[in-house]
Amino acid sequence: MIRIRVEFFAMLREHAGRANEDIETDAGTAAELYAELSGRHSFPAIGSMKVAINQEFADLDSRLADGDAVVFIPPVAGG
Amino acid sequence: MKQHDTNQFARHVGLPRLGAEGQAKIISGHVMVIGLGGLGAAAGLYLASSGVGFLTINDFDRIDATNLPRQILFRAGDVGEYKTEVTRSALQAVNPALEIVALNQRLDEKELLQTTDNVRVVLDCTDNFASRMLINRICHERRTPLISGAAIRFEGQVAVFRHDKSGMPCYSCLYTDRDDNLENCAGQGILAPVAGTIGCMMATEALKVLTGLCSDLERKVWIYDGLAGTSQTIAIAKRPDCPVCRPDRPGQEY
Repeated sequence: MIRIRVEFFAMLREHAGRANEDIETDAGTAAELYAELSGRHSFPAIGSMKVAINQEFADLDSRLADGDAVVFIPPVAGG
Repeated sequence: MKQHDTNQFARHVGLPRLGAEGQAKIISGHVMVIGLGGLGAAAGLYLASSGVGFLTINDFDRIDATNLPRQILFRAGDVGEYKTEVTRSALQAVNPALEIVALNQRLDEKELLQTTDNVRVVLDCTDNFASRMLINRICHERRTPLISGAAIRFEGQVAVFRHDKSGMPCYSCLYTDRDDNLENCAGQGILAPVAGTIGCMMATEALKVLTGLCSDLERKVWIYDGLAGTSQTIAIAKRPDCPVCRPDRPGQEY
């Protein structure tokens, strides 16, 4: 088990109904964490979702470590 | 170059970090704005009013009534007109000394490469990933700084890609071709002033590039959540395997 601070941004904040959450998880990667959160908060499919770990963009298959701060960011291309 | 009324820019000149020298750089600056929607309207307006001397503007669309809330250069009577033409007259009215080239067409790779010649900064105000990928590639080939902005729903993003400096991340270090499946403003909606917020940020970053002021957004994306009323900056790492800017790609030598 690791402890992760998840911050919910934009539409995910609406889905989660809160700004952030401290969770204990067995998720090994950011994608696994997203899957776990999706089950609880009815998030949209991961699709092109971006993830930042400790304020830096990372791959969805990046390994998570105890104490990481994670934020999922919906991609934006509109003008 | 047409004569600018320098007294008009006294509030810029009064900024110690900018001064008369900075304003002269703005006046001699050439900026290209690609896409004249909600981002391009706000950015273009501030670039013109700030005294930018040369603007190349590009769009191929006509004005639609649903554009009016966020595309603030257009009036109700302009519906049906070409965006480039109405933008040209609106910006010319704000700054009569401004020289504008209006390109009323969809630019392919070759045309984009030609039209970015002599451009000091490019603003990507387009509404889809395919155009964004192409513009990033061209700016990298030309080593032209790229200000990238995007907005949808209540949220937006701004980043500065310094293709003119070595070792910097580019748009393709962050987004890939796999991302080219998202809906546009028509599909998802957008709150009008959110587009303006992002467009204004882009104009600020463009003026900083012209005047040589550095920015934290050269390696970071500013992401704005208008619904929550919060923003944060997220760092972008340069991808060693980036299809556009990886160091071992042919033609990457600086």
